[in-house]
Amino acid sequence: MALFDAAAMMKGLRATYASGKTRSYEWRVSQLKALLKLMSFHEKEIVDALRSDLSKPELESFLQEIALLKESCGLALKELHRWMAPEKVKTMMTTFPSSAEIVPEPLGVVLVISAWNYPFLLSLDPVIGAIAAGNAVVLKPSEISPATSSVLAKLLGQYMDCSAVKVIEGAVPETTALLQQKWDKIFYTGNGKVARIVSAAAAKHLTPLVLELGGKSPVIVDSNVDLKVAARRIIAGKWGCNNGQACVSPDYAITTKEFAPDLIDTLRSELEKFYGKDPLKSNDLSRIVNSNHFNRLSKLLDDDKISGKIIHGGQKDIANLKIAPTILLDVPEDSLIMEEEIFGPLLPILTVNNVEDSFNIIKSKDKPLAAYLFTNNKKLKENFIRNISAGGLVINDTTMHLAVPTLPFGGVGESGMGAYHGKFSFDAFSHKKAVLLRSFAGDLSSRYPPYTPKKLNLLKALVNGSLFGILRALLGWHD
Amino acid sequence: MEESPGLARNLAELRQTFRSGKTRGLEWRKAQLRAILKLLDENEDSIFDALQQDLGKHPVEAYRDEVGVLKKSANYALASVEKWMAPKKGQIPLLFFPARAEVLPEPLGLVLILASWNFPISLALDPVIGAISAGNTVVLKPSELSPASSSFLANTIPRYLDSAALKVIEGGHDAAEQLLQQKWDKIFFTGSSRVGRIIMAAAANHLTPVTLELGGKCPTILDSLSISDLEVAIKRIVGGKWGLCSGQACIGIDYVLVEEKFASILVELLKKCIKAFFGDSMPNLKNLCRIVSKSHFDRVSNLLGDPRVAASIVHGGSWDEQNLMIEPTILLDPPLDADIMSEEIFGPLLPIITLNKIEESIEFINLRPKPLAIHAFTKNERFKKKLLSETSSGSITFNDAIVQFVADSLPFGGVGESGIGRYHGKYSFDTFSHEKAVLQRSFYLDLEPRYPPWNDFKLDFIKLAYKFDYLGLLLLLSGLRRIFKRSN
Repeated sequence: MALFDAAAMMKGLRATYASGKTRSYEWRVSQLKALLKLMSFHEKEIVDALRSDLSKPELESFLQEIALLKESCGLALKELHRWMAPEKVKTMMTTFPSSAEIVPEPLGVVLVISAWNYPFLLSLDPVIGAIAAGNAVVLKPSEISPATSSVLAKLLGQYMDCSAVKVIEGAVPETTALLQQKWDKIFYTGNGKVARIVSAAAAKHLTPLVLELGGKSPVIVDSNVDLKVAARRIIAGKWGCNNGQACVSPDYAITTKEFAPDLIDTLRSELEKFYGKDPLKSNDLSRIVNSNHFNRLSKLLDDDKISGKIIHGGQKDIANLKIAPTILLDVPEDSLIMEEEIFGPLLPILTVNNVEDSFNIIKSKDKPLAAYLFTNNKKLKENFIRNISAGGLVINDTTMHLAVPTLPFGGVGESGMGAYHGKFSFDAFSHKKAVLLRSFAGDLSSRYPPYTPKKLNLLKALVNGSLFGILRALLGWHD
Repeated sequence: MEESPGLARNLAELRQTFRSGKTRGLEWRKAQLRAILKLLDENEDSIFDALQQDLGKHPVEAYRDEVGVLKKSANYALASVEKWMAPKKGQIPLLFFPARAEVLPEPLGLVLILASWNFPISLALDPVIGAISAGNTVVLKPSELSPASSSFLANTIPRYLDSAALKVIEGGHDAAEQLLQQKWDKIFFTGSSRVGRIIMAAAANHLTPVTLELGGKCPTILDSLSISDLEVAIKRIVGGKWGLCSGQACIGIDYVLVEEKFASILVELLKKCIKAFFGDSMPNLKNLCRIVSKSHFDRVSNLLGDPRVAASIVHGGSWDEQNLMIEPTILLDPPLDADIMSEEIFGPLLPIITLNKIEESIEFINLRPKPLAIHAFTKNERFKKKLLSETSSGSITFNDAIVQFVADSLPFGGVGESGIGRYHGKYSFDTFSHEKAVLQRSFYLDLEPRYPPWNDFKLDFIKLAYKFDYLGLLLLLSGLRRIFKRSN
C-alpha cells in the first residue's frame, strides 16, 4: 500500500500544467536557475551523500555528476530561446499557397525514474530536459542510493516550484503506484528487466518512453596503438567510473592472442599507478553499492567455469563492500560473467586470432549501449563504425561521448530507446506539432467531387510536378 | 498458439538478408524505391479496382489519397536517400581536441508494418518506403478488412521488390497475434487506439520501439468568415469529411465547433455542398466511399441508435445496409455524453456543436484526449495564436483540412491518445533508423588530469575544463593560478 495518494498528486500536477504556468519562458528559466543555485550552494551535501551511498571519490562526484549537470543546465539556459522557437519548413507545390512550421510544445506531466549509480546526475539531467521543454515533472530517485534520494527530495523541495516539480521517494510500492497513473512521458534509466515492467505499464496509457538501459559494452584493442594511453583510458572508463558500475563502462575487452600479454601488463602497471599496490585501501575507487550487488559480483568470480582465469586482482573486502580491480583472461562464452552486464570492477579479456574476429563476438550479443575500439588502422575504424550497432561508438577512448552535448545519448535494441543530452533532452520531452497555414485563395477544385477524368489528370500532373503537364491538364488536353 | 513453420522460415530468411548487409547499400535501396514506382505505374488500374472493391473508392480519390501520395513519397525518398544516409557532423568543444563527432543513421534491422484498411495501399506502402530507404528488412501485414487490396499487395509486391528482404503476410487476428509474439526491431502500426495498446504491450516484452499512428476525434473550428471565404471553407469541410473515404480517416474531420448564431447557415451551406459533391438522395449518391465492413457499418449506424442523437439529425440519417452505404449525415448538438461524441466516429456522420463564443472551443478541445489533427477556419490572428499555444494535437491546420498530409516537410503523427512517433518525408527515414553517436579521438594530447590518483591540482583543472575556461587552464598549467578552494 503506497504511503502517498498518487491520483491526488496527479490531479494537482495536471491542474498546475493546465494553468499554463510551466509553459512560459520565464518559469522555465527560473527553475533552471534554481537548479544551478541548489548545486552551487549544496555541493558538499551532495558529495557527502554520494560518498555515503557509493563511497564515490569526491572528484568523480564532481566531475561525473555535478559538473556535467551544471554544464547541462547552463546549455539549456543559453539555448532555450532557440529551442523553443518554431522551425519554419519548406512547403511544396501540392499545398501552394501555404506556410508551414514545426512548433515544439510540452507533453504535459512527465515521470523520471532514476538509477542508483549516478543518482544525482541521472535524476536531474532528465529533469533539466523536462523543465526546459515546459513540463511538470515527478522525479522518483532510486531507493538503492538513499542518501542522495533524501538530499534530492529535500533540496528540490526547497528550491523548486513544488506545484510543478515533485520528488517521490520510495521503492517498489511507490513506483508501482506511480506507474499506474497516466503520464505524458516516462523517462526510465535502469535495467532491461524493470524496463519491460515500465513499458507494459506505459502501454496501457499509450505513454511514450525513453529507456536508458545498458548491456555489455565491449572494448576492442588493436595492436598498433599507444598502449599506455589506451590502457589509461580503459581504466578511466571502467574503474574510474563508479568502479565499473556505469552503463557505459567497458564491460569486457577483446584483443588478439598475440597482443594480450602486452595489454595485460600495461593495464596492471597503470592500475597500480592509479590505485596503488593495495587498491582495496584506495580512496579513489567507489565501493560496490550494496551487499546484493556485492554477492552478485562474488558469484561471478566463484563460477567454476572461470576458475583459474583470474589473472589480476580478485581481492574482496566484504565488510566495506569493496572489490579490487580484477582482470580475467579467456573466460568461456557461456560463463556467468559473459552472460549478463557485469556492472562492477571485473574485466574479462577475450582473445582472438585476428582483431577483425572480434566483430563477430560483438554481433552475436545484444546491441550494447556503447562500443569502443582502440586502433590506428583506418580500415578497421571504418569497418567498426559501419558494422557495429550500438547506442554510441567511441574510437580511441571510452565514455567521453557522454560529455559531448551535440551527440544524442541513448541505446538501441536491448540497450534502450530514445536519446537525450543537449537539445536531445529538450526534444525528448517535447511534442513537435506540425502547423500548416493555408489561405482561402488558390482553391483547387480538382480536390473536390464530383470527380472527373480532367481532375484526375490535373492531380497526376501536380504530383509529377511537371509544369507543362499542369498546364495541359488545366487547358483540358488529355493524354 | 502454434506458430506456423512458414513464419519462422520467413523471419530467418529476412534476418539472414539483413545480416548479409545487402539492404544497407545505397544502390539496393534506390532500386527498391524505383521498383515501387514501377509497381504503381504498371498497376494503377488494378489498384483502382481493388480500392473500388474494398471501399467503393472513386479512382480520383484513389489517386489523390493513395497512388499519388505514394508516387510523391517514393520520388522524394529516391531523390533524398543518399543525403539522409550521410553522417551529420557535430560540434565538439575545444577541450576534446583533437576529436571528431558525428551522428550516423543506421537501419534498425527487421521491422513489422501493420497497415490499416481505409487507405489500404498507401498506409501499407508509405511506411514501407521509409523502412526500405532506411535499409531495413520488412514484414508487411495489410489489413484483412480490405481483402482485395491485401491480395493485390501480396501478389504484386513479390513481382517487383526483393522478396528476400520484404515479405507480405496476409491474415487477420490470428496472423497478427503470431507476428506480435516475435521480436522485431521496430513495429509501425496504423489503426485504433484500442489496438495500439495491444501492440505496445506486445512490443514491451521485447523492448521493441513503436510508431503508432492512431486517431481520435479531430475537431474543426469554424469562426465567422466573409461569404466568399465561407464558401471555400464549406467545400474544404465537406471534402475533409465525406470526400475522404466517407469519414473513415484518421485525420478526417470528426465534428465541427461553431458559434450558435452561425449554426443554421452552416447547416444550409453544408447541405448545398453535399448535394453538389455527392448527389441529393440515398440511391443517387456518387463519389462517396462505402463503409468498409458490416461490423463497422453496424458500429456507425448504432451511433444514431440513441434516440437523443437521432433527434438531433438535421440532414441525412438514412442508409443502405445491402450496399453498406450511409448517407452524409449532419447532426446539430447531439448530447455530449452520447457515444457519437465520446468515440471516434470514423464514418459519414458530422456532429455540429454550438458554442456561445468561438473561443470556448479551446476549453472544449482541452477537456478531451489530444486529437491527431485540429482544423481551424479563422482569420483572427489573435485566436490563431491562442489556439496554437493553448491546444495540443498531432498537427494543426488553419483554413484547410487534410492537406497537411501531403506536406512532406511536416512530421505526420499524433500525441497522447492520437499516437506515438511520426513519419512522412525524412521523418519516415528517421523513424526506421537508429541515430548512432560516433566520437573519434586521437592518442595525442592525453590529459593527465583525467586520471587518478586525484589531487587538488587535478580538481582545479577539471573545474576549469568544464567551464571551457581555456585562459584559466593556461594560467593553472603555468602555475599562476589556484582558484578553487575545497568546498566548505
